[in-house]
Amino acid sequence: MSSVATLHGADVHGAHDTHHEHHHHETFITKYVFSQDHKMIAKQFLVTGMIWAIIGGLFSVIFRLQLGYPDSTFPWLEDFLGHWAKGGKLQPEFYYALVTMHGTILVFFVLTAGLSGTFANFLIPLQVGARDMASPFLNMLSYWFFFIASVIMFSSLFVQTGPASGGWTIYPPLSALGDASSGSKIGMDLWLVSMAMFIVSALLGGLNYITTILNMRTKGMSMTRLPLTVWALFFTAVLGVLSFPVLLSGAILLLFDRNLGTSFYLSDIVIAGKILPNEGGSAILFQHLFWFLGHPEVYIILLPAMGMSSEILSVNSRKPIFGYMAMVGSLFAIAILAFLVWAHHMFVTGLNPFLGSFFVLLTLLIAVPSAIKVFNWLTTLWRGNIRFTPGMLFAIGFVSLFISGGLTGIFLGNSALDLHLHDTYFVVAHFHIVMGVASFFGMFAGVYHWFPKMFGRYLNNTMAYIHFWVTIIGAYLIFWPMHYEGLAGMPRRYYEFSNWESFKMFGGLNEFISLVAMIVFAVQLLFVFNFFYSMFKGRKVTTTNPWGSNTLEWTTPINPGHGNWVGEIPEVHRGAYDYAKDGHEFIPQNVPVGADETSH
Amino acid sequence: MKEFLMIALGVLIFVVIFQIAKASEYVSVLKGEEKTRKQNNKINAFFLLGFLIFGLIGAWYCNELYYGKTLFPQGSASVEGEKIDLMLWITIGVTGVVFIITQVLLFWFPFRYQQDDNRKAFYFPHNTKLELVWTTVPAIFLTVLVVFGLKYWFKMTNDAPGNSIVVEVTGHQFGWEFRYPGADKVLGRKNYKLTTGANSLGVDFDDPASHDDIHVSGTMHLPVGVPVKMVINSQDVIHDVGLSQFRLKMDAVPGIPTTQWFTPKITTADMKVKTGNPDYTYEISCDQMCGKGHFSMRGVIIVETMAEYKKWLAEQKSEYFTVHPEKAPAATDSSIKVAAVLQGNK
Repeated sequence: MSSVATLHGADVHGAHDTHHEHHHHETFITKYVFSQDHKMIAKQFLVTGMIWAIIGGLFSVIFRLQLGYPDSTFPWLEDFLGHWAKGGKLQPEFYYALVTMHGTILVFFVLTAGLSGTFANFLIPLQVGARDMASPFLNMLSYWFFFIASVIMFSSLFVQTGPASGGWTIYPPLSALGDASSGSKIGMDLWLVSMAMFIVSALLGGLNYITTILNMRTKGMSMTRLPLTVWALFFTAVLGVLSFPVLLSGAILLLFDRNLGTSFYLSDIVIAGKILPNEGGSAILFQHLFWFLGHPEVYIILLPAMGMSSEILSVNSRKPIFGYMAMVGSLFAIAILAFLVWAHHMFVTGLNPFLGSFFVLLTLLIAVPSAIKVFNWLTTLWRGNIRFTPGMLFAIGFVSLFISGGLTGIFLGNSALDLHLHDTYFVVAHFHIVMGVASFFGMFAGVYHWFPKMFGRYLNNTMAYIHFWVTIIGAYLIFWPMHYEGLAGMPRRYYEFSNWESFKMFGGLNEFISLVAMIVFAVQLLFVFNFFYSMFKGRKVTTTNPWGSNTLEWTTPINPGHGNWVGEIPEVHRGAYDYAKDGHEFIPQNVPVGADETSH
Repeated sequence: MKEFLMIALGVLIFVVIFQIAKASEYVSVLKGEEKTRKQNNKINAFFLLGFLIFGLIGAWYCNELYYGKTLFPQGSASVEGEKIDLMLWITIGVTGVVFIITQVLLFWFPFRYQQDDNRKAFYFPHNTKLELVWTTVPAIFLTVLVVFGLKYWFKMTNDAPGNSIVVEVTGHQFGWEFRYPGADKVLGRKNYKLTTGANSLGVDFDDPASHDDIHVSGTMHLPVGVPVKMVINSQDVIHDVGLSQFRLKMDAVPGIPTTQWFTPKITTADMKVKTGNPDYTYEISCDQMCGKGHFSMRGVIIVETMAEYKKWLAEQKSEYFTVHPEKAPAATDSSIKVAAVLQGNK
């Protein structure tokens, strides 16, 4: 922390250029590659996440080609994929590999690392008033473990037997036995090793986030004055630190079963004509271990999006977030309940029905804090003076998707209905809307809102508006009709439906969905282009606080250096949401409380 | 060529958007950035309202198009499934009301309270009474849904009625096997280590109860109106017996048998008449990812009258005699003998 110490002595009035002179010499490597500056690490997470998002999105476009046009061939696919698309037709093995990798990439590499990795790193020190994370070195390691995980996962795409193809949930015995699926050969080992690295990254990051929030808040920043983004990122980190190790243990046991002949998950199996010696294991044990992470993981993805949307909705409504304490309380309730509902993914595994009933109760209980959040967001908008920045539009879109996808959770959490709807397209629609697209909207909201702080420039508004409108309309066109497919019993993860009397009537709809998916994917490329173009050529930010926001990150220079503030870190005198108070449009957190000010 | 043209078109659209985006930035500098921003604000406010209106119309239109293809119009094919359909309707009703109210407010408020220099935002940081209301009301509705849900859940997962027919369902990559217990109504023991090409289920033929068991592949016959208890297992990976028309499913897990029971309500023949579809079939879909042939792991259920079912059963040869033909009585009358035994026991 010696670099930080020198910053204290810097001239208070100096521009950020001056403080570079006080800073130790930075080379390209220490500034852009092995950086220990939380802001640079955040950008590394973001850019890596964006690359993964393009890959994962492209995979979905390719398998949507198969679902939308099962009778067509695409010769150019063979040029890219070789024997995996023999004769221009995607092979079932590779279809399942694409589905698996799409899920893995988007859940872990994009919406966990890319979303909370980016914004926890970027926002926590800036919003709590710290010069950097508690341990900048561990923070750097967190990114580089993520990078190693990325390299291993990416390399698994190129092994001869193909990447993992047992679904992102990798249930054994399918994932445990090479004879069960070609994707369960070396591709599966790479998947597990990559995830182990990923978990190390998540733990290093999470411990750092928690420590920073608890110990490094600036003077006056009590916990109840924290912006909701920080609260959400705090609960996210707690969820990750407590649940990821369980997945790690599950993954290690699976590696043992695969390679060392143990029988944790295997029993009574005859495969490819061979009678396996394994006895006494339980395939269901893995599902418990997996979903003990897997369900909190949903909230690890969702909570940061909730926190950022809360912040952005309040700033752009020019109104305090309604019910700050209720918002914190509901985040807390969701975080606790997230640990107690995992078996609702397992209602049809033969789970003890009595045990199942507890999971029904606890699952539907989550709807209560969720409802509080929705109503509080609505009340925040009520009688505001609302600006539609691109970030604001995405935050509104987030709430809309959270409502739509959250309500279908009430169907699936009720075990009797789950007996019918489990593993149908109803589930696909549900989790894509509430966890996938909604979290993406939170992430986009965050990028549009904090891009000026990250790069000192604005994203182009016209491209941003096109991006928003095509994406939200497209998302509903893709996922809304899938509920009907689910209510017709159509199972998910099917390569084609033409042999099924019960499911073959949705061919036209599937083609329509695939077409919209391609358009929505293309518009994401427009966003990526806008991102990199604006990074270098965008309109320059000319004021330190362009959105008129109260939080501390907007008290730093336009392009803050390592250490964030020139001179003293500002002292905090109030909560983050004093908008429209006493006739002032906004009162930043570092403004002392006036003598004539009302208290609430 | 077609692909090439499409990519070229995509790039062209991209370039046009980019040029417009750049130009609009210059225009905003000329016109004054504040003025442009306010104009954009108005446009987006109208778009949000339009999105709400067209979205609701779209939801209605989607329902017009696809409601007929869901399982609602044909109704449940099992007695227990009727309850599931009722639960679905109740849940759709409750969530539908919440959906419409919240979405309307979510898009109406931004339109109504879009930025206006003559108006100030209203300082309204919290209100305990309001917050208590929207904590309690959802809690009450959810309690109702939980109570109904658990009532049906316990009913469906309870022990099968005593008069149930037992059928053992076994999944493997990628097909379904069915075993009927025969006249003694007891399924013979199994040991997976005894599995051979001929004895594909690994039945232990030292158990006399196995001698009259019947093994068929791919198609399961069931009588209408009698509860059937499925004893479900898997030989290799996890599969799932998905019976969407009967509104239920249950995993097939290697090493851990599961059970599920239901009462078929309408015969296949009657369903063909009811739906007007001569090809109507009750299908078993594998609903748990099980490998490259997952999508083709199809089974068929034929629901028929008790008389038809008994006739079909009588025609089947017991597996013991198929695997050990030398033990069978004279080949010609073996089936007759089994049939006679079966008839006598019913």
